[in-house]
Amino acid sequence: MKSNKIKSLGLAALVASTFTFSYNVNAEVKTIAIDGSSTVYPITEAVAEDFQKKTGTKVTVGISGTGGGFKKFCRGETMISDASRPILKKEIDMCAENGITYIELPIAYDALTVVTNKANTWAKSLTVAELNKIWASGSSVKNWKDVNSTFPDQPMKLFGPGADSGTFDYFTEAINGKAKSSRSDYTASEDDNVLVTGVSGDKGGLGYFGLAYYLENKDKLSAVGIVAKDKTAAVLPSEATVMDGTYQPLARPLFIYVNATKGAFDKDVKAFVEYFLANAPKLVKEVKYVPLNTSEYAAVTKHWQSKKSGSGFGGVPEVGVKIEDLIKRIKD
Amino acid sequence: MMKENMSNSEESLIKPKTLEEVRAMIKSHKRNDFIFSSIGLLTIIFALLTLLILFVDLVMDGYPKLNYEFFTDFPSRRAAHAGILSAWVGSSLIMLVTFVTAVPMGVATGVYLEEYAPKNWFTDIIEINVTNLAGVPSIIYGLLALGLFVYTFHLGQTIVTAGLTLGLLMLPIVIVSTREAIRSIPVAIREAAYAVGATKWQVMLHHVIQYSFGGILTGIIIGMARALGETAPIITVGALTFIAFLPPAPLTSVPPFISFEWLQSGFTVLPIQMFSWLSRPEHAFHINAAAAGAVIIMLTLLMNGTAIWLRYRIRKNIKW
Repeated sequence: MKSNKIKSLGLAALVASTFTFSYNVNAEVKTIAIDGSSTVYPITEAVAEDFQKKTGTKVTVGISGTGGGFKKFCRGETMISDASRPILKKEIDMCAENGITYIELPIAYDALTVVTNKANTWAKSLTVAELNKIWASGSSVKNWKDVNSTFPDQPMKLFGPGADSGTFDYFTEAINGKAKSSRSDYTASEDDNVLVTGVSGDKGGLGYFGLAYYLENKDKLSAVGIVAKDKTAAVLPSEATVMDGTYQPLARPLFIYVNATKGAFDKDVKAFVEYFLANAPKLVKEVKYVPLNTSEYAAVTKHWQSKKSGSGFGGVPEVGVKIEDLIKRIKD
Repeated sequence: MMKENMSNSEESLIKPKTLEEVRAMIKSHKRNDFIFSSIGLLTIIFALLTLLILFVDLVMDGYPKLNYEFFTDFPSRRAAHAGILSAWVGSSLIMLVTFVTAVPMGVATGVYLEEYAPKNWFTDIIEINVTNLAGVPSIIYGLLALGLFVYTFHLGQTIVTAGLTLGLLMLPIVIVSTREAIRSIPVAIREAAYAVGATKWQVMLHHVIQYSFGGILTGIIIGMARALGETAPIITVGALTFIAFLPPAPLTSVPPFISFEWLQSGFTVLPIQMFSWLSRPEHAFHINAAAAGAVIIMLTLLMNGTAIWLRYRIRKNIKW
């Protein structure tokens, strides 16, 4: 290994000396760098596309995942971070270490949708307790009749996202009461299209993913209505039920975090965030996510203008917080 | 087969065989030949068919998008208007940096190791390492590049970083194939050159490198084709997914007419663009992904085809 190191160091030194000149010259080239969650990506991409066309300011968006995005954000490499969950304690600490503050802005909803095969005629709705029975860590449910005695004798095949996904974190928190606590004997994939194929190919299939993937595959899958508490009506995921707050507990907010140390005072970043909030209702719908209410966007815009930094979650993810309450908690 | 033949002939020395027995033996050996060549043929057909089906499937899925606009459009949220402009420009520029760095260095290293290096333990260590490096998973190069180019040399998450990363990845392939190619030149050629008073450098430059050029070129192009399809190390050093502008042009209208600003630009590459489209919910994006996949395969085939053609041309021109 020694000789490799020497060689690669030599190579790098050679190259570095060649390019240092041009590097310094271009340090001031202005681009708004955004990175983070792949769930939020389509929204940011839509905004970036239109904003760049309108103003000419260059915007780039990467997909490093929510965690990877925060790593770059807290090192000051990006001005905005896409996040499908709130910033966690260790990320808050990392940002603090580097003296980076942030403004937390909820920008849309995503409805986690529980889906079954088209041939499934029995489970039109499931209670949270039933979902918990199915997905709880160590659960032994292998057949639909184990979930509810009125269900037929049909082997159950489970599909879900992998453990690195924000969707997984939120679903387990909402259904099993603890993030990342889930049975592990299911077919996991980071690619939601693989889950779609899995559930649509198995009569006893059950899976969960973001609403957009269900809406695109309505012909192959059925959505399951969720009964939040006993004796309440089952609610199907849709734009209306998410916006009026009845689709619980699987509706989750999506965020962008804006660098408040430098970004919030930069004229281009400011213009971008304002454009984002003003056009979110239209663009969010276009990419098949659920926009916030008008009043909620108004509250978020006001919060942005107040430039109050910090997170309303304090590093601990929480299910079912109202956007207005969340913003009120942030006291700079 | 050889062994079997030998033992059979030994047996026949000890115990003479009748004509029928010999005929039966020949027949059974011919049958073995037939079975082996059939298996070989079937394997080739299977491999080619798999590739063909994959390619045809991609082309058929992506057919509606394989038009001029697909190559001149930036990524977009509207699948119908989304293209691979930033991706193919990014891929090409990165390949250029990779080529310019890895090829001279790789060929020089190969020539040195094969012809000039003293045979001692240090050279042995280098040799073993170079051979091993050719098999190291590409993500390792990505991590090395992230630490070295991005954080130590502050080259940023740019085209130059990506190009150098893939250059590192390609280097061992070029070195190994250069050495193989040089080794295949007959000793008689060198001896003839030395005999008429050529120096070592003249022998290298005028004879050895020229005659082995076909082999070296094959190694280079195979290395480039591999680098073109790499995703993991490129993501590690910070490739973007949405970038709707091109790097600054390398040629400018003001003196000195050449600009290296593009080296400092952010980038995306074809495999990343394809992957990003594939994970979208909308089916229209899956068509784009298939089209991008077909473009990648076509580029790789084109590069490999060029390698074969050049090798053929060069071999034909060598007259010993």
